Amino acid sequence: MSAQANLKAIPRLAPDEIESPPLSLGELTWRRFRRHKMAIFGVVVLILLIFYTFGGAFVVSEKYANQTETSLRLTGPSALHRFGTDTVGRDILARTIYGGQISLLIGLTAMTLETLVGILIGASAGYYGGWLDAILMRFTEAMLNIPQILLLLVMAKFFGGKIPNIPLLGRTFSGSVVAIILIIGFTSWPYLARIVRAEFLSIKENEFILAARATGTPPLQIIFRHILPNSIAPIVVSATLGVANAITLEAYISFLGLGVQPPTATWGNMLEGAYKYIESAPWLWVFPGTLIVLIVLAINFLGDGLRDALDPRSRTV
Amino acid sequence: MGTLLDVNNLKTRFHTPEGTVYAVNGISFKIDEGETLALVGESGCGKSVSMLSILGLIVIPPGEIASGTAIYRGADLLKMEEIDLERIRGKEIAMIFQDSMTSLNPVLSIGRQITETLHTHMGMNHEQAVKRTIELLEWVGISDAHSRLGDYPHQYSGGMRQRVMIAMALACTPSILIADEPTTALDVTIQAQIVELVIRMREQMGMAMVWITHDLGVVAGLAERVNVMYAGFIVEEADVDTLYDDPRHPYTNSLLAALPRADRRRDHRLKSIPGAPPNLLVEPKGCPFAPRCEYARERCWDENPVLSVVGTKHRIACWVDIKTGDLR
Repeated sequence: MSAQANLKAIPRLAPDEIESPPLSLGELTWRRFRRHKMAIFGVVVLILLIFYTFGGAFVVSEKYANQTETSLRLTGPSALHRFGTDTVGRDILARTIYGGQISLLIGLTAMTLETLVGILIGASAGYYGGWLDAILMRFTEAMLNIPQILLLLVMAKFFGGKIPNIPLLGRTFSGSVVAIILIIGFTSWPYLARIVRAEFLSIKENEFILAARATGTPPLQIIFRHILPNSIAPIVVSATLGVANAITLEAYISFLGLGVQPPTATWGNMLEGAYKYIESAPWLWVFPGTLIVLIVLAINFLGDGLRDALDPRSRTV
Repeated sequence: MGTLLDVNNLKTRFHTPEGTVYAVNGISFKIDEGETLALVGESGCGKSVSMLSILGLIVIPPGEIASGTAIYRGADLLKMEEIDLERIRGKEIAMIFQDSMTSLNPVLSIGRQITETLHTHMGMNHEQAVKRTIELLEWVGISDAHSRLGDYPHQYSGGMRQRVMIAMALACTPSILIADEPTTALDVTIQAQIVELVIRMREQMGMAMVWITHDLGVVAGLAERVNVMYAGFIVEEADVDTLYDDPRHPYTNSLLAALPRADRRRDHRLKSIPGAPPNLLVEPKGCPFAPRCEYARERCWDENPVLSVVGTKHRIACWVDIKTGDLR
């Protein structure tokens, strides 16, 4: 009797409902990503930070952020200056907003550059192999052997001040921003290049590549349309983490005074003047420092989530 | 009918760390227009490698085409620039592969993979290519092709994927279709369907075909001529009927004896060939089949026989007449 009651409890499904359409790769990825709580946290924090830096720009002007007021130097948080003022009396809240924009800009563009160079070098080495592979990989290994920080500092010192300021969208970007983007972009690619090369080496052995060649597909099309999309997962993960890495590196060189030059603010160079006031004026470093930690953490969580979600070997649905 | 492809003395080698692999050792054959040639032999005897060599799909190094010509419509494929070969591959000579599971790119939609070929070779715009792709898919028996265009390979079954491969190969109406064991990875009922489909396609398009297989059962209903390969050599070539009625090479003879037949008693034991295929790392000396051959004579160990005529369009590479057991 109870068995019959159980049978009735099972809802009758229409044929359409039983046979749900197969999930696409995107849907599967999203399902797995959604499960990753820290990754969702990362995404939320990231969205809030983007809203903070780009939305905040509608509330305060850049001119205000760069405006010095020596009579108000080093004042603590107050109703007028909620995050306090810095050593020359600039409003720290406004500067974290504009500095955040520059930090994000540097992170994204340096990552794009890094990814492009990494893919180009890794793909050529992995696909063509032979002497080209040997030359490119020895070069990559040579790059990896030089400590990146050292390279960054030397290059920042060398190129600093050599690139003129660039007016764009009615604002002026310090030439040092471009210099930092190029320097970070052109020193960060070796890891990605090695990942891409490894992916290409394994994917090009697949029968579908032979099949593509047998239908007369030209090499460039095989590289970009057949192999690259198959190796997109590790590239996306690596690129995501590359953004966090670029932001940290920028903060590092700017902190040492070799990065982006004031009055253009970044979260990194806001810390520069703060180390003399670690105890006497903590608001100088607490706010930009917290923002750097938050954004790097958020991006790393996002990267971890993507790594798990995009892993083709993961069978979790 | 004219000769489409004339392959002469093709030798392919692979230079590996263990030594040189003598994969294909000077094979010659012709394919006439509209004709179906079967290449038969056990795994590793050089069937696929010879075809891949002709299309320039061998990776060099470690591969090496040591000698030979492959004249297709007056041009030697083996000496052609890569860029010119790309125009022949897929358009003039198409190829389908053994494992349909791995022969389609998993991240590209089915439609995209076929339209791509049409863009490359036929210069079609997107709309024309899509229209033609739907036609092709329906032609090879994919129902509701229009709505399945955006599907990915993992959403197709094995048999359907092989149908897609065939559609892709036939997209540009090639004059030669090379089928590299296209039914091996499929179960028997699907095998029959695919063979039937290919036969129908051949009739409608009039293309020549090279069917690579180790399944002599499939060959009988499909091919007009058969080349039997062993250790990188062609050991017997004949019309399909001649080969089944009157096999003259000991290897072919053993292969046919190993085949289950409907006209034999159920308890009849299938004969297997003793020994194992030769090590291709050793440069061949003497007849490669001699160690496994029940007719082997002293001469077989020293001298490798060349193909010689034993009947109409029937040649074998053997010193022995298996009917009498004496040297020929």
